[in-house]
Amino acid sequence: MNNKTFKERFRYQCRLAWNNRSGYVLMAPFMIIFFAFTVIPVLMTIALSFTEYNILQAPVFVGWKNYRDLFVNDAEFLIALRNTVVFALITGPVGYFLSFFAAWIINEFRPIIRGILTFIFYVPTISGTVYTIWSIIFSSDMYGYANSFLMRLGIIDNPIEWFSTDVYILPLIIIVQLWMSMGSGFLVMRAGTASVDQQYYEAAAIDGVRNRFQEVIYITVPMMAPHLITAAVLQITGMFSNVGASIALAGFPSTNYAGHLIMTHLMDYNAYRVERGYASAISVVLFILMVTINAISVRGLRKVGK
Amino acid sequence: MSVKQLAARFRLPRKEKKQRVHRRVDLIGTGSRRNRKAYGDVMMLVLIGIMAAFSFFPLLMAVNMSLKPIHELFYYPPKIFAENPTLDNFRMLFSLMQNTRVSFFRYAFNTLFISIGATLGHVFLASMAAYPLAKMKIPGIKTLNQMVMLSLMFVPAVTDVANYLTVSWLGWLDTYWACIVPAMGASLGLFIMRNYMTTIPDTLLEAATIDGCSNYGIYWKIIMPMARPAWLTVTILMFQQVWNMDNTNYVYSEALKTLPYALSQITSGALVRMGAAQAVGVLMMIVPAVVFLVNQTKIIDTMASSGIKE
Repeated sequence: MNNKTFKERFRYQCRLAWNNRSGYVLMAPFMIIFFAFTVIPVLMTIALSFTEYNILQAPVFVGWKNYRDLFVNDAEFLIALRNTVVFALITGPVGYFLSFFAAWIINEFRPIIRGILTFIFYVPTISGTVYTIWSIIFSSDMYGYANSFLMRLGIIDNPIEWFSTDVYILPLIIIVQLWMSMGSGFLVMRAGTASVDQQYYEAAAIDGVRNRFQEVIYITVPMMAPHLITAAVLQITGMFSNVGASIALAGFPSTNYAGHLIMTHLMDYNAYRVERGYASAISVVLFILMVTINAISVRGLRKVGK
Repeated sequence: MSVKQLAARFRLPRKEKKQRVHRRVDLIGTGSRRNRKAYGDVMMLVLIGIMAAFSFFPLLMAVNMSLKPIHELFYYPPKIFAENPTLDNFRMLFSLMQNTRVSFFRYAFNTLFISIGATLGHVFLASMAAYPLAKMKIPGIKTLNQMVMLSLMFVPAVTDVANYLTVSWLGWLDTYWACIVPAMGASLGLFIMRNYMTTIPDTLLEAATIDGCSNYGIYWKIIMPMARPAWLTVTILMFQQVWNMDNTNYVYSEALKTLPYALSQITSGALVRMGAAQAVGVLMMIVPAVVFLVNQTKIIDTMASSGIKE
């Protein structure tokens, strides 16, 4: 193959493409929409990150200025970066393992109970706004569940302003995010655990697997490795970009920027200050962060599969 | 034929010895599986119970909150269950919705139409694209796979100007198309289906090719039935994503706007509407919950093994 000329290789590729043209026909309708509404806008955004752009006037090229400002002049961005790293390091892995754990245990039950349990775990993510109940639980007056509970126990005398005190904001947002972490990744893992053939467990029992933890390590995890990778990617994208709960609960911007994440910083510049060039630069930084973490975790998970 | 042979032919099969069944307390219904001990079952039940309670408790509160009359919101200590459950919050919501310029049913129809259209379109188009991405080795496929994966990592908030320009260039501003078509090209569903399809054994596809099945036939008759769990999952995710979508970016006519937008207008702000806000949350959950339950039960039905051994 290698000693062929470029022309020969090109003709071979063309023939391969032509012989499998049905593949391209199948992909075409989706790819047209995908390119029009995702790929081209993303490329435009990357280009805009090197400009100053306020939607009304034409973009002005400024080179690396946006990126330099982000890391040198923008104190809020550094707070957001730190918060995001703390937030992601906790909600990401913990949410991922909880999802796997739940998906695995649920699979041990009878089919009807399986359905009910899957529903119970998935319910927090099903509605767009049901997380506002947390603002009532952690309400800042004595009518909130958390405050009244602590006051009756005599631990505190005055109600705590949960979502206005910077010490509490990030931990509370993390709890709410963990509550909501059984989302798409969890569903993928449920499909994965359920698709492992029961016969493998029977065979393994004969081969000397003694308990269910060995079953998980030697059969379930290797068998569902592709699903684990899918779920990891969904978990990573979710934990960086789902900030609806954080904004609804801690406010926007939150007190002393204690709940400020890169995503909220981005929305601030994108929608309120309308500095689109700068917002694009933030989105590119977020993109690079996600791709890096994703590459590391997927590499780790590939090893698990083997 | 001798008598002996005849007798052998008609002799009843000898009764087999009954196998000794290993009996144990089957707490959670794993049936005949081995390697299950009772204390492990108990531990699992406790753990899953704690997690389920954490998961379900806030929702229980939300439902009760929506059933409380206004004065019960200010009890001290606050009660989790409503003492005199009323449907006042829901009634208020509906009476408010009747006074709007566009009727409630129009909003509901818009949301349903957009959700169903976008979900069906997405599942159909994305599964068609997922099959070559997962299973065919043709020029350019690696690049496309990378692009789908990377596009998931890019937050969509900043691409709205470009999307607005595209939609206006197509003349779709202020139509249903502006909401349906971009949602059909979402990469999340494609990614899930593509990754699921990679687990379908190649031997099955080769056998179908040898039997004279075309690529389109393979897609429709083999890939789609085998990947049913994947596309049922995607249906759930996509439906609820579109259902909760606020389409005011591309649509100005009040008659084309969606339910989440209309309801959020009612409940924004005022403290007195706290119960009504929870009522909205509960109401908006019903349809996605039904879609979830219908699809999820079907997923469990179809999880049987494919019958292929490699």
